[in-house]
Amino acid sequence: MKSRYGTVDAVGVSERVAKFAMRSIKGVSKTWGLRKVVSMMDLTTLEGKDTPGKVAALCRKAITPHVEMDLPHVAAACVYPAMVTYARTCLTGSPVRVASVATAFPAGQSPWRLRIEEVRRALAQGADEIDMVINRGAFLCGEGGRVQEEIATVAEVCGSATLKVILEVSELETLDNIRAASFLAMEVLRPGDFIKTSTGKTSSNATLETHQVMIEAIRDYFLATGVPVGMKPAGGIRTAKQSLQFLVAVKETLGDAWLVPTRYRFGASSLLNDVLRQLEKERVGAYPASYGFSESESAY
Amino acid sequence: MTHRSPIRKTPKCYSGGNFIRSESARVYPIRHDNLAVHIPQCSRKDVRNAVEAAAKSASTWQNRSGYNRGQILYRLAEMLEARHAELREAVAWGAGRRDVSPDTEVSASIDMIVHFAGWCDKFEQCLGSVNPVASSHFCFTVNEPLGVCAVIAPESRPLIGLLGLILPLITGGNPVVALASGKRPYPAILLGEMLATSDLPGGVVNLLTGFHKDLLPTLASHGTIRGLLASVSTDEAREIQLAAAESVKRVHFIPEEETASPSPAQALRLISQFLELKTVWHPLGA
Repeated sequence: MKSRYGTVDAVGVSERVAKFAMRSIKGVSKTWGLRKVVSMMDLTTLEGKDTPGKVAALCRKAITPHVEMDLPHVAAACVYPAMVTYARTCLTGSPVRVASVATAFPAGQSPWRLRIEEVRRALAQGADEIDMVINRGAFLCGEGGRVQEEIATVAEVCGSATLKVILEVSELETLDNIRAASFLAMEVLRPGDFIKTSTGKTSSNATLETHQVMIEAIRDYFLATGVPVGMKPAGGIRTAKQSLQFLVAVKETLGDAWLVPTRYRFGASSLLNDVLRQLEKERVGAYPASYGFSESESAY
Repeated sequence: MTHRSPIRKTPKCYSGGNFIRSESARVYPIRHDNLAVHIPQCSRKDVRNAVEAAAKSASTWQNRSGYNRGQILYRLAEMLEARHAELREAVAWGAGRRDVSPDTEVSASIDMIVHFAGWCDKFEQCLGSVNPVASSHFCFTVNEPLGVCAVIAPESRPLIGLLGLILPLITGGNPVVALASGKRPYPAILLGEMLATSDLPGGVVNLLTGFHKDLLPTLASHGTIRGLLASVSTDEAREIQLAAAESVKRVHFIPEEETASPSPAQALRLISQFLELKTVWHPLGA
C-alpha cells in the first residue's frame, strides 16, 4: 500500500506545521478567520449523557451562535444516531444540516450488518450527513481492500447524503498509514464527501501534523484526478487560536477553494464558545468571562 | 579552581505554576549597583494566560479544606524564612522608604503569612452564622470564595505590600493574578520561587511583573476576574473603577500603609470582602 500511495517525510511535516503556528493573525484578519470557523463548524455532542433536551439546546445554538453578534450559522449539528430524530425536529426549516456518526462509532467493532443498518436508520430519521468510522483492525491487518469496500458500500447507501470517513489517525500508527488510508477512502468517495481525522474518543486527537498529511493527500489526489474531497479535523481543537492555525494550513496547502463549509469542517464542541469569546473580545475590547456563554462547562 | 564565571539568574515570573518570561519577550532593566537585572515586561496576553490558569485552579483551591490551606500557607512562611537573607537584600535594593528596615520588612512579611495561615480554618467560624427564623427551618449562612481575583501591589514596600494584598484573597479560597510593584519587582520574582516550593497548587497565585499603566485596564476589564484589590494612586483608582464597571467587579482599594501586618480585625475584614455569602433554608421535621 505504501509504495502505491507514496510515503511521508515525517521531519518535513513537523517542520512545515511548526511554521503555521508562527503566523500573527490579529484584528480584521482574526475576526474574518473566526467567523469563517463558525460557519465551518460541526457543532458536536457525542456523550453517553446526551438527552433530547441537550440536543435541542445544541441545535438552537447551531442556528444562532450568539444573540448579540451578527454571526453565520454553523454548518451542521453532529449527534449520535439515537438523537438524529430530535435534531431533525429542531433543525427542519433551518440551513443547519444534521450530521450523525454511524457504523458503530467510535470503535467500529460491530458486525458489518449492524454497522450498515445504523447508517440506514440515521438516514431514514433525517440525517443529511453521515460520519462513518473505518475498520482500523482490518486496515492494520493489511486488508485495505476490505476497508475500501466498506467505505464504498456506505457511500452507496448514503445516496445524496454527504459522507465523512473517520480514519482515526491516532490508531493508524504511522504517517505513511494515514496517507494510505486517506487515499483508500478518497478513491471511493464522491466529490463533496470528506475525510476526517478522529473520533475524539481516543487519547490523542487531531494534530497539525496528521492534518497536514491528510490535506496533502487531498491535494495530491485532486491534482491527479480532479476530484475535490473535503477535510474535517475533529477532536482536541478547543481554542480559537488552534482553529486559526488549521485554517492557515488549509489556505497554504489547498488554497482558498477549500475555505468553504462544503469542503472544510471543524468537528468540535467547546471550540465554538472560545471562538465566540474571542469575537466578543474583538467587539467590546475586554475579555469576557467564559461562563457568560451558553452551554459552557462553567456556565451558571 | 581559581576562577569561576559568575552565574546570574534570569528573572522569571511565576504564572500558571510555571516560570515564564513574558510572551512579548520584552524585559526592562532595574539597576542595582553597577548591574542591570532584566525583569519581564508582561503584556496583556500574559494577563489573559494567567487568568485562564487561575480559573482552572479555582476548584482545586476552593475544595481544599481550610485546614489544608493553612498548612500550605505555613509552608510558604517556612520557605521565606529559609531565604531571609536573600529577600532582605532584594528588598533593600533601591528601597524608597528609609523608615522600615529591610530586615524588619521581611520578618514582618513572614509573620503575616503565619497570621493568615491561622485564619484559613477560622474565618468561617467568625463570619458564618446560624440565623433565627420564624418558621420550621434550619437557616444558616456560609462563606464561599468569590472567584478569580486580581491584585495590584503598591509601588513601594515591594514584598510586604504585595503579600498583604494576596494573602487575604487566597486565605478565603480565591485564586489570584497579582501585578507586582513596577519599580521594585525583584522581591516578587523571588517570592514566585518560594510559592512554587510551598505546595501551593499551580495557578492559585500568578505573579506578573511589568508596567502598571500597561496592564491596569486589562486586569480591571477582564470578565473572568470577579474581584480586585489594589493599592494605587487616586487617578489609577478612578481608571480601575471605570474599567471594572462593565463586568460588575467587586473592587476594593487599600492605602499602602494598611497593606502591611493588619490587625486580626482588619485581616478578617479583608478576607470577608472577597467572599460570597450563601444562605441555606433547610426544612425541619416532617
